[in-house]
Amino acid sequence: MAQPAIYSLFIINKSGGLIYYKDYGSAGRMDTNDSLRLASLWHSMHAISQQLSPIPGCTGIDLLQAHNFDLHCFQSLTGTKFFVICETGAQNMETLLKAIYELYTDFVLKNPFYEMEMPIRCELFDLNIAQVIQKDRLALLGR
Amino acid sequence: MIGVGKAKQYANVLDKPLSRGRQEVSLSAFAFLFSELVQYNQTQVDNIAELERRLEDAGYAVGARVLELLCHREKGNRRETRLLGILSFIHSTVWKVLFGKVADSLEKGTEHEDEYMISEKELLVNRFISVPKDMGAFNCGAFVAGIVKGVLDNAGFPAVVTAHFVPIEGQQRPRTTILIKFAEEVLHREARLG
Repeated sequence: MAQPAIYSLFIINKSGGLIYYKDYGSAGRMDTNDSLRLASLWHSMHAISQQLSPIPGCTGIDLLQAHNFDLHCFQSLTGTKFFVICETGAQNMETLLKAIYELYTDFVLKNPFYEMEMPIRCELFDLNIAQVIQKDRLALLGR
Repeated sequence: MIGVGKAKQYANVLDKPLSRGRQEVSLSAFAFLFSELVQYNQTQVDNIAELERRLEDAGYAVGARVLELLCHREKGNRRETRLLGILSFIHSTVWKVLFGKVADSLEKGTEHEDEYMISEKELLVNRFISVPKDMGAFNCGAFVAGIVKGVLDNAGFPAVVTAHFVPIEGQQRPRTTILIKFAEEVLHREARLG
């Protein structure tokens, strides 16, 4: 069976709290506490990386590469961070993250029942995310 | 002759035809405004039925105005007086002006003579809205139901109008049905008119 291209997706609010977590790989599924801890760790690391930069205007880590996975991160202007963990060398992850950001602005922010900075529980958002990820997977399989 | 081919000059400003105005507004702007409307009303109520009623009231005011405007703009100051006439006016003319398309379907209720249904696969106001499970069958389409009620009431067809989610087979998302239940007097009048 083909490996899923995307292992998991995280969304962190501007204060480092995990507001959305979705796992797509079968191995290495985290429990809630672990995912929360990891999200706030990533938030801090992202902030530290900005401080480390010798050149002003650094926006933090965009890509972290390990030998068996890549982590792509996108931070919106308001400080909400989106990151995906995917297989090494997966292409077009920036586009995917932008697409997810767009879905977030549409189906989460325009939903009157969503409370800002709180965990996302929106049916339409889930549906559309699943579609986008599926489309991306098909595109990767077809390469 | 001088002036042939030029735009017709009107001596009196009142003779000038009303401009149709811009036909579309930004969906995002509307979605944010509507979201705020729902959120504001949520702070004012303590149960869901009350919230539904408030949204309906907000829509009612829109409906009353839309009827006035469209009778003037589209129908040359004439108003529908028959039941089917006003229903198809809502289904096509009103829907087109408000949502840019005619409604997906207009049906007569199978169980009751006085019920009609306007169904929409994806109602514009619900495009970005996911209703949480704990709110049960609440539907923000109550606003649209209010619009329909506003049009009907002011055209002389008092009715009770409600919005419902109706699941469709093979589809993940339910469609929204606007259920119209006319008052008895309306049906009596229709019967008299033959």
